[in-house]
Amino acid sequence: MSEKHITTAVLGRRQVLKGAGLGALAVVGAGLSAKDAFATPETAAAYLDKMVGSGGSEGKINLKLPEIAENGATVPITVSVDSPMSADSYVKTIHLVAEGNPNPELISFNMSPGLGKAEISTRVRLGKTQFIRAAAVMSDGSVHTGSKEIKVTIGGCGG
Amino acid sequence: MAKKPRVKVSRKGGLVEIKTLISHKMETGLRKDSKTGELIPRMIINKFVCKFNGEEILSADMHSAVAANPYLAFYAKDASSGTFDFAWTDDKGNTVTASADVKA
Repeated sequence: MSEKHITTAVLGRRQVLKGAGLGALAVVGAGLSAKDAFATPETAAAYLDKMVGSGGSEGKINLKLPEIAENGATVPITVSVDSPMSADSYVKTIHLVAEGNPNPELISFNMSPGLGKAEISTRVRLGKTQFIRAAAVMSDGSVHTGSKEIKVTIGGCGG
Repeated sequence: MAKKPRVKVSRKGGLVEIKTLISHKMETGLRKDSKTGELIPRMIINKFVCKFNGEEILSADMHSAVAANPYLAFYAKDASSGTFDFAWTDDKGNTVTASADVKA
């Protein structure tokens, strides 16, 4: 946890710290450089792999978000998965990640057949124009993924 | 800690639409105090749980990228009647709860 805090502290002021922050980055360790202080497609994918295992097939997931978010501080997002949500076949978990935020993880949902349909809306902060990725684990263990690009005019991650 | 959760539960198209909103600034831990230059420590709601008649139907693990005043909307199956219980827990372990009834 503390490592994460240090990491994000550095990237919040990455311009300033680019020169002076090498020492700080060394403290952070884990092979971080100033360049990948923000999440990248690779770190986002690695996080998803950690959560759902690698692989999974594209499709079944629909991400609804504005094409352009003028204010990254609050961006509406709706994720839905093609599933009957019956006792035999339902969506167990959905993970949403951002490829260009300070931390890749956005929000994860643990679901049950008590839900009427596999559709959840929330609001997130987005730092810059980037791809949002989603992965859903179904009750039979299969994994589905989806992604969508969003343009962000003003980032909403502080720092 | 956050206060005043707002919950709206309504029947819609054979389902129960649930909308929840709670005021919370969801401090990311990335911002710095403009005066002292110190990082403002992270303080977010990291867990949301919705139960129907005592059984969990949805929980959410929130991270610092969830916007201030977390909003969640989702759909439950239309059961004849019962109670939805909602709970939000923050980084310090404080929990705020709300509940809503649906009647037949």
